[in-house]
Amino acid sequence: MTDYASLIPISVVTGFLGSGKTTLLRQLLSAPSLRETAVLVNEFGEIGLDHHLLQHVSESILLVENGCLCCAVRGDLSESLRELYSQRERQEVPYFKRVVIETSGLADPVPIAFTVLTDAVLQHHFRLGNIIATIDAVIGSGGLVDHPESVKQAAVADRLVLTKTDLCGEGEVEPLVEELRQLNSSAPIIQSDADRLDAEFILAEDMYHPDGKAREAALWRQAVDGQSTEAELADHGHGHGGIYSFCLQFDQPLDWTAFGIWMSMLLHRHGENVLRLKGMLNVRGQTSPVLINGVQHIVHPPEHLDHWPDADQRSRIIFIVCGLSREKIENSLAVFNLLANSPAMEGVLGHAVNLENC
Amino acid sequence: MCSLCGILGGRGHWTESASNPGAFVSRTNSMTVRRERQERTKLANRVLAHYGLKLADWPPSNYILRDAKGRSVLVSNLSELWSVAESVLNETCDPLDESLLSSLSAQGAKDR
Repeated sequence: MTDYASLIPISVVTGFLGSGKTTLLRQLLSAPSLRETAVLVNEFGEIGLDHHLLQHVSESILLVENGCLCCAVRGDLSESLRELYSQRERQEVPYFKRVVIETSGLADPVPIAFTVLTDAVLQHHFRLGNIIATIDAVIGSGGLVDHPESVKQAAVADRLVLTKTDLCGEGEVEPLVEELRQLNSSAPIIQSDADRLDAEFILAEDMYHPDGKAREAALWRQAVDGQSTEAELADHGHGHGGIYSFCLQFDQPLDWTAFGIWMSMLLHRHGENVLRLKGMLNVRGQTSPVLINGVQHIVHPPEHLDHWPDADQRSRIIFIVCGLSREKIENSLAVFNLLANSPAMEGVLGHAVNLENC
Repeated sequence: MCSLCGILGGRGHWTESASNPGAFVSRTNSMTVRRERQERTKLANRVLAHYGLKLADWPPSNYILRDAKGRSVLVSNLSELWSVAESVLNETCDPLDESLLSSLSAQGAKDR
């Protein structure tokens, strides 16, 4: 099986109409380290993107039978990506080592994630990279209130880029930053007019990036540590259709089997309302932390860090949910985990510590 | 990969150590995989007991879900399991359901 980290990453640049997706993309692609990038766009905007590897893809969506909206397969996208890969192999297009998809302003990025992670062919060549959402700072929180599409895009993002901040007056950006932190505490918020935009960090560094993995984990950790004073005090997302983020921490190691049963059951029943989850887990029997990353019903392959960043080895999971109760989720996971600790399970494995010695 | 649709391709399920060497470097040998499947089956059965269902391992890569009437369905991973269980039961399997959690807590207390 191909190592997941070695697959071609596909990043998604999303954001509401006129929020500066193409401008950002142009800035990012000017970085020398990101030169070998193929770009797929849903629509050609007013601002031209002069790029040697630019292709257009329409936005038709196929709903999977019995599936929910997040599990819609982007058949057009699948075709485009297969063709792009084929062209690369036949050397009909310049070599590329990453792909960026710029969505239309109203698009939900989750079906793109679903397509990349589940397509029988694509999953052997591509993996999902960062989802980057642009937010127009001039429109500010009004844009989030008026457009549920924007809220969803921001909630599932790995990076939030505030655009047009240079047009904002003093003190106008901070309330928006605060609002975005409450909505999605796990995504770093970056201002696109910063003197030196770190293109590599925005586009390329993710939990599978060999050099960026530890930094990514540290960011999650930082988000968690800041959580108690920020998102937990939020009005449980009432301003955003019930969307809010929270973090669970567990002092004792988690049983991976129990966690898998619990999480698969939770996402099966409530995945539509679990917009995002990111976690650094202390799994019983594992000496290093296990990273998990999910978007609605979709879970990326877990990854491990070589070592814990410091002496604090508690499990932490950040959830961004819509209308689900933090207390209920926490209680449910605790009950499932306790079940695995019961003496009745010892006859099977004597727990995961023994697994390591098999 | 998708817990609702159960759509999978060649890549294994995220919960399986053997399919995720990036996370579980030392859990990929065949003995470990077999024992992990046993553990998963036994633990899942503790949850499924609440619904009157039973799961059995069907190595190397499937499980069989049975109901009290003897009907059986093949499932290949945990995501499929919940989808199939709900179809068989014609009711939802919700890990946040208070009656399920009470039942699991009671099982845990009984063990002790």
